[in-house]
Amino acid sequence: MRLEPRAHVPLWLNLAAPLTAIALAFLLCGLLIAWAGAPVLAAYGALVKGALGSVFALSETLTRAAPLIFTGLAAAVAFRAKLWNIGGEGQLYAGALAATYVGTGLVTLPPLLMVPFLFLVGALAGGLLLLLPVILKLKLKVDEVVTTLLLNFVVLLFANYLLFGPWKDPLAMGWPQAAPIIDEGVLSPLIPRTRLHSGLLWAVFFAVAAWAFIRYSKWGFEIRAVGNNPEAARFAGIPMGATVLRTALLSGGLAGMAGVCELAGLKGYLTLDISPGFGYTGIAVAMLAGLHPLGVIAAAIFVAAIYNGADAMSRAMSISNYLADVLTATALLLVLASVLFVRYRPRLR
Amino acid sequence: MAQAQASAAAATGAEPVLRLSGITKRFGALVANDAISLGLGRGEILALLGENGAGKTTLMSILFGHYLADEGEIAVFGGALPPGSPKAAIAAGVGMVHQHFTLGENLTVLDNIVLGTEPLWRLKQNRAAALRHVEDLAARFGLQVESRRLVRDLSVGERQRVEILKALYRGARVLILDEPTAVLTPQEVESFFATLKTMAAEGLSIIFISHKLNEVMAIADRVAVLRQGRLVADFPIAEASREGLAEAMVGRAVALPERSRLEPGAPLLRMEGVGLRGAEGKVSLENLDITLCEKEIFGIAGVSGNGQAALAALISGLDAPTAGRFEILGDAIAEASPGAMLKRGVGRVPEDRHATGVVGDFTVEENLVLEAYGGDRFSRFGFVKGVALRRNAEEKIAAFDIRGADATTATRSLSGGNMQKVILARVLDQKPRIILANQPTRGLDVGAAAAVQALLFQARAEGAGIVLISEDLEELLQMSDRIAVLYHGRLSAPVPVEEADLRTLGLMMAGHGTAEHSDEGRHAS
Amino acid sequence: MDILEIFVSLGFWAALVRMATPLIFGTLGELICERAGVLNLGIEGIMTLGAMVAWMWVYQGGGLWSAVLVAAAFGALFGLLHSGFSVYLGVSQHVTGIGITLLASALSYFAFRMLLPDVTTPPKIDPFQPYPVPGLSELPFLGEVLFTQSPLTYLAFALVPLVAYGLYRTPLGLAVRMVGENPMAVEAQGIDVHRLRTGAVMLGSAFMAVGGAFLTISVFDAFYIGMINGRGWICVALVIFASWRPGKALLGALLFAAFEALQIRVQQSASAFIPYQFFLMMPYVLSILAMIVMSRRAAYPKALLVPFRKGER
Repeated sequence: MRLEPRAHVPLWLNLAAPLTAIALAFLLCGLLIAWAGAPVLAAYGALVKGALGSVFALSETLTRAAPLIFTGLAAAVAFRAKLWNIGGEGQLYAGALAATYVGTGLVTLPPLLMVPFLFLVGALAGGLLLLLPVILKLKLKVDEVVTTLLLNFVVLLFANYLLFGPWKDPLAMGWPQAAPIIDEGVLSPLIPRTRLHSGLLWAVFFAVAAWAFIRYSKWGFEIRAVGNNPEAARFAGIPMGATVLRTALLSGGLAGMAGVCELAGLKGYLTLDISPGFGYTGIAVAMLAGLHPLGVIAAAIFVAAIYNGADAMSRAMSISNYLADVLTATALLLVLASVLFVRYRPRLR
Repeated sequence: MAQAQASAAAATGAEPVLRLSGITKRFGALVANDAISLGLGRGEILALLGENGAGKTTLMSILFGHYLADEGEIAVFGGALPPGSPKAAIAAGVGMVHQHFTLGENLTVLDNIVLGTEPLWRLKQNRAAALRHVEDLAARFGLQVESRRLVRDLSVGERQRVEILKALYRGARVLILDEPTAVLTPQEVESFFATLKTMAAEGLSIIFISHKLNEVMAIADRVAVLRQGRLVADFPIAEASREGLAEAMVGRAVALPERSRLEPGAPLLRMEGVGLRGAEGKVSLENLDITLCEKEIFGIAGVSGNGQAALAALISGLDAPTAGRFEILGDAIAEASPGAMLKRGVGRVPEDRHATGVVGDFTVEENLVLEAYGGDRFSRFGFVKGVALRRNAEEKIAAFDIRGADATTATRSLSGGNMQKVILARVLDQKPRIILANQPTRGLDVGAAAAVQALLFQARAEGAGIVLISEDLEELLQMSDRIAVLYHGRLSAPVPVEEADLRTLGLMMAGHGTAEHSDEGRHAS
Repeated sequence: MDILEIFVSLGFWAALVRMATPLIFGTLGELICERAGVLNLGIEGIMTLGAMVAWMWVYQGGGLWSAVLVAAAFGALFGLLHSGFSVYLGVSQHVTGIGITLLASALSYFAFRMLLPDVTTPPKIDPFQPYPVPGLSELPFLGEVLFTQSPLTYLAFALVPLVAYGLYRTPLGLAVRMVGENPMAVEAQGIDVHRLRTGAVMLGSAFMAVGGAFLTISVFDAFYIGMINGRGWICVALVIFASWRPGKALLGALLFAAFEALQIRVQQSASAFIPYQFFLMMPYVLSILAMIVMSRRAAYPKALLVPFRKGER
């Protein structure tokens, strides 16, 4: 088999290909469920019900989608510029750490300002954390994939140190957690008696803003040019260093805001399990969305639904909720392949 | 003697080694090869002549199994050649030397030659025997090269010898050479031709792909001409004439634009003793003196790899000089910045259209403003003005006759000529005072090349000064007001075109006649 | 215990050699993939998978050596999956690798949970015991450090010269080195680029999986969630540190293992002054530093990350 580039891509193919891939992922994971000895259809039924079946289920799914939108955007923006930021997890924690530092009493502002201030501080922390590997890449050509990955572990251990050490809340009965965020900084709930909070609105707002920025702004034009053909971009006088640094601040900043979103919206205080791998899952979200910022919203809700649904399913039928990770990873790989078949036409020789 | 016999053999059809029958290959709507039939005799040198895009390389790629033909058959030494298999082609005794060498740079010459000649799963290599065999072949065909050196340390000519040795080591009896002289100086070409004659006398059959008439007349026993995928001529060289071949190649007479006489104006660009220390493995520039005036085309001749890339990087703003004085419109240049060069009024047409000239996945309208998107014309408050982009693209597509595209077409799908027009439209839109044109017509067919040349002449008439870097001496003689030769990173004194001729320029390109050349050793590219 | 005491203690050196083992397997595996032009970021997940599969095999009553083979087979299978995307389809190697890591670890955890649904504390198995090499193990000092180790450790050390010989002295190794430099040259010799790369990625991935297996069936006796803990990523950094050479890869693995072994021992004595988390950070920070130091000299295989499509140049 060989692949020939398609001159024109019909719209239906653009939509049908990833949907087929996702359907195929469900089919393959159905085999796993069958292997686990559960009825496949009933299991998927429980999954869908657990994800979308009630106002509460839906609210839980959206609650989980909010940080995924942020980390998905972080990956999408960076990958657009061919900046391989795999450090979303570390940047998320950096954002949460910084917000904890300023938000637990150090700074007090009226609620209208406190929340944006926390997001700004979190974004700065995440952005600055990504700046280090990016500067190493620009100045010394050190591969950013490995450095961003390794920094995840460093940041997590640092958080571990703070929560077991100086930041440990004496009122937490020995649990490793920090003092709570002051009331002015807490994100307001959206629906009563659910955990859904206004972090979702912030996430959607930033997705739309990121889309407009990439699509219509001067800096977005530069990011796309650099990502597509760095040599031509440099030759045309586009400032390479500045563009990559801007992308890094933006990408790291978005991941940092995911940390603030969880901290100020869901938990209220910093713990070591504030993210169950949102930084890594964000990469899957971005790829599922085809790196499109608006697509990230849909992809994040989809992935959040899978995780939430899998939790419900595992309670109902004793199937491990790691099935959600398997489903997401399978969907990611199959969507990657489907995107290729959209751009190229397979030819049997 | 041997050659006379071989030609006679081919003419009578005795001892044919290779026969292509009815080869057809389509890429989408384009018919790259249209029912081509060709034969080759033992010890014969067949020149395959044609313009860029005529289908020569496609045909040879089919013969060598890189492509699959849609129709047609190939027979080597009487046996049918299975299609689509380089392995079968090699086994049948067909060897190919690509225009772009397929060598591993961080491997030794010997490694490069023996790759794939032993069964892959053998646990041991017989390096001593391999070395002996390579040295035998090198001595027999006059292809001297040190087997233990790394390929990255070899000159272009040496690399070519490695490629030929690779084919011979595999027992090739039919050798396909794709534009082998493009990278050689006229003098290197002469010794290369002597080697070819030796090889033919030893019974090798050679297909020599070229678009240079002189070379074909000098080396071939027989010539076949391709035009737009069709075989339009196939006869012994004795019956060929330059004019006849030229007409067969082009099909119609294309009038190349002619240089008008213009009085040069004020100086625009000046280099005095400019030097650039190259990065590791790259050619450095030493002591360059250039003065470029208004309404002047300053031609830079030279074999590729003699510092053209470094000179282009200087004028493009990708590099700053490490010695000497470099002035643009009276301002000294100390720092490297493509953006600053643009602001100073330097327009740049890069050497590699695809890699450096355009962003492939961007639309035509976006590529047209790649150097101007930030100005007031195309953006406001940090946002790009979509309407202005679209209007600009529509104007340029009409004015520059850019075909096969509208404003929102992905630029990568354009043909070479149209892509070059997009680049020129973008560059000329800035009304540049100085233009760097690096290989502006390479790879274009005659029609597109003429259009590009006409645009450059027009810019010159409007007052621009142009630095034209080209490997095509005929183009330089046709377009330049003055020509200087770049050799080993040094530039000869410029000669007015009226006093220049092919022979002296060729000698200078080989390092004879430049004022201060001292080192006679080969340079590493 | 002060630093000097640590350096003269037998336990430290024996631990160093033991801890180097998974890094040697992983680094050699990644090196083979990258020499063939494929960056394999699936390593973290493939090591996890190897650890789980080998442990599970032994837990279900399989032999230790057959567990190593099973782990290698699963590693190779995921290497095949990786190259299906990265080699045959030419999808970005970065993204493919991350996808493979996510999939392989998720499947490992899922299978672990499904096969052992009701266990809260991880059950234990009988792992490889140190095998004293007859004669050599009686040497003073060296005997205990080098020749009283797990058989898998001997295997890892033996693989280093084997891989070097394979790469530099066999026709296949030459083809692998060339395909990472210039796939066109390999294709022009009638060797299938895709199959060659796939083979290299499968072999490399098998090595990685055995490296993971070493942790569960030799060092420890149980499988934990998250037990690879970035070791795979460190191997990726080590390949750069080693300039893609097997001998230097061994050196790098030993150096890192030394820090790991040192860290545990210093931690015990110095935890009063420096929190233990900072010792745990050391391998990651050192990996970054190693990459910075080597960055100037890094001579990447020329075709690394570049997909090859027939007829496209």
